[in-house]
Amino acid sequence: MSLTRQDVEKVALLARLKFDDDQLDKMTSHMVQIIQYVDKLSELNTDDVEPMAHALDINNALAEDEPRPSLPREEALRNAPKRDDECFLVPAVLGE
Amino acid sequence: MSLTQKSATEQLALLQSGELTSVELTQAYLDRIQAVDSSVGAFLRIETESALAQAAGIDARRAAGQPVGKLAGLPVAIKDILCTKDTPTTCGSKMLENFVPPYNATVVEKLLAADAVILGRTNMDEFAMGSSTENSAYHPTKNPWDTTRIPGGSSGGAAACISADMAPLSVGTDTGGSIRQPAALCGCVGLKPTYGRVSRYGLIAFASSLDQIGPLARTVEDAALLLEVLAGHDPLDSTSVNAPAPAYSETVNQPLENLTLGVVDHHFGEGIDPEIVSAVQKAIEVYESLGATIKHIEMPHADYGVATYYIIAPCEASSNLARYDGVHYGYRADQAEVMAELAEDGSDEGPLVRMYRKTRSEGFGPEVQRRIMLGTYALSEGYYDAFYLKALKVRRLIRQDYDNAFAEVDMIIGPVTSNPAFAQGEKNSDPMAMYLEDLYTVTANLAGVAGISLPCGFTENGLPIGLQLQAAPFEEEKLLRAAQMFQTATDFHTRRPELS
Repeated sequence: MSLTRQDVEKVALLARLKFDDDQLDKMTSHMVQIIQYVDKLSELNTDDVEPMAHALDINNALAEDEPRPSLPREEALRNAPKRDDECFLVPAVLGE
Repeated sequence: MSLTQKSATEQLALLQSGELTSVELTQAYLDRIQAVDSSVGAFLRIETESALAQAAGIDARRAAGQPVGKLAGLPVAIKDILCTKDTPTTCGSKMLENFVPPYNATVVEKLLAADAVILGRTNMDEFAMGSSTENSAYHPTKNPWDTTRIPGGSSGGAAACISADMAPLSVGTDTGGSIRQPAALCGCVGLKPTYGRVSRYGLIAFASSLDQIGPLARTVEDAALLLEVLAGHDPLDSTSVNAPAPAYSETVNQPLENLTLGVVDHHFGEGIDPEIVSAVQKAIEVYESLGATIKHIEMPHADYGVATYYIIAPCEASSNLARYDGVHYGYRADQAEVMAELAEDGSDEGPLVRMYRKTRSEGFGPEVQRRIMLGTYALSEGYYDAFYLKALKVRRLIRQDYDNAFAEVDMIIGPVTSNPAFAQGEKNSDPMAMYLEDLYTVTANLAGVAGISLPCGFTENGLPIGLQLQAAPFEEEKLLRAAQMFQTATDFHTRRPELS
């Protein structure tokens, strides 16, 4: 399985990360190395094996649908890097 | 023996009998931290004032004959990954440098309810990703046995503070070995409970199907005491199991009869340091002398553990860490710089997307970015089946290995790490070498079973060696009793590093 610098650039956009040229080279070489290693799983035949997403056999942990107090707005906004009295603020999404 | 060298169990008895106050004990640890932490770097923050105030309050209640909690007056250090209301919680990351949680993690609530004194926050690899605590955005932690070496990770501060007598008890987290490996390399006891045993509510998530919170301490008895407080069902964590949490400290001194221990010959194959092989084999002989039966067992998929883990954990991390977007909390890139960058490279991705990218690239360190990239790649269209789904299937095979083993034996005995503590910087530029550090520990997380690391010897150079015992889900009580049998018969846990 091959992984190119261009692939890594594309994944970086999906991951909302950005690398300069040097970082991109380094990331590509590390990822190639790691992916070659993890590819050893392909040695195993797993055709009839049920995937295991979780260690516990809990399917649905249900709770009564009762309203309870939640985090007050001021508390929820307290850590925001940019905010006004009521909202989180973000850069323009739809352009000027 | 100085006060800070006594076990938590001994200190608690002195507190209960009135021979010692929590203020005296807390002050002794604060003095010890003051004296040695500049050469170890176990702590990110020391909470002197609040710790002494809490201690004074507990002393007053105890003196007045009012009820006090199970750990009343004992100092505890907390890994900086557990949310603590109105107290900075950084997760070892620049991303959360200014993050002040609006609520307490359930384990923090439990510690406060038990009247533990919160001494401070311990250092860690950023977002718990690493095996050396060199990935902390703040400073590396050093191994108290040799300060040119790493303490292990990611709970490196949590283990080093125990080893250097800077706290009697500490709380860590283990996603692939992050409690057991540093405990082994620093010569203390560390227990990773069964998945679901301890609530993860308020634990800053790395890989949600693997993360567990657990105790680190000098002795098995102390680990039992702390686990007893941490464990139990929590309606705020849907993966916490609704099963009674036993009073571990009350049974820990009862030896197990007819104990059968499984040895995986493959664990002693190529790549493992001969001094570790010899120490672990001697530990197995100690158990034989205590009446245990040793059985050789197979774990045919153990060798695929690291590969499975380094698909599943990054996939879960890439999803969990998507929340760090520069909007809700944490670091955010400078707006003017974002706009200038966009104008310069003429990209049409827009200010919002570029703000996300710049924020995350500046706020996360290299290892965290590498794992997010790996996870995003493995989950992306066209690769999901080949990587993620495949890894989930091998995870099942690994769990079946454990189920088969535990049908034959009570516990699996073996090494924690293949090498003693390595030098600072030695594996920093080689991620794969660092990942292979987790060889003997990741499978317990993948399968969700319990594991403990305890001191079982020293190398010729005086570096600690750890012994791992693993038990079936929810068998922590037996695990602790078996570990205590070893500590009763040996004195490795009583040795101390020389620190000035």
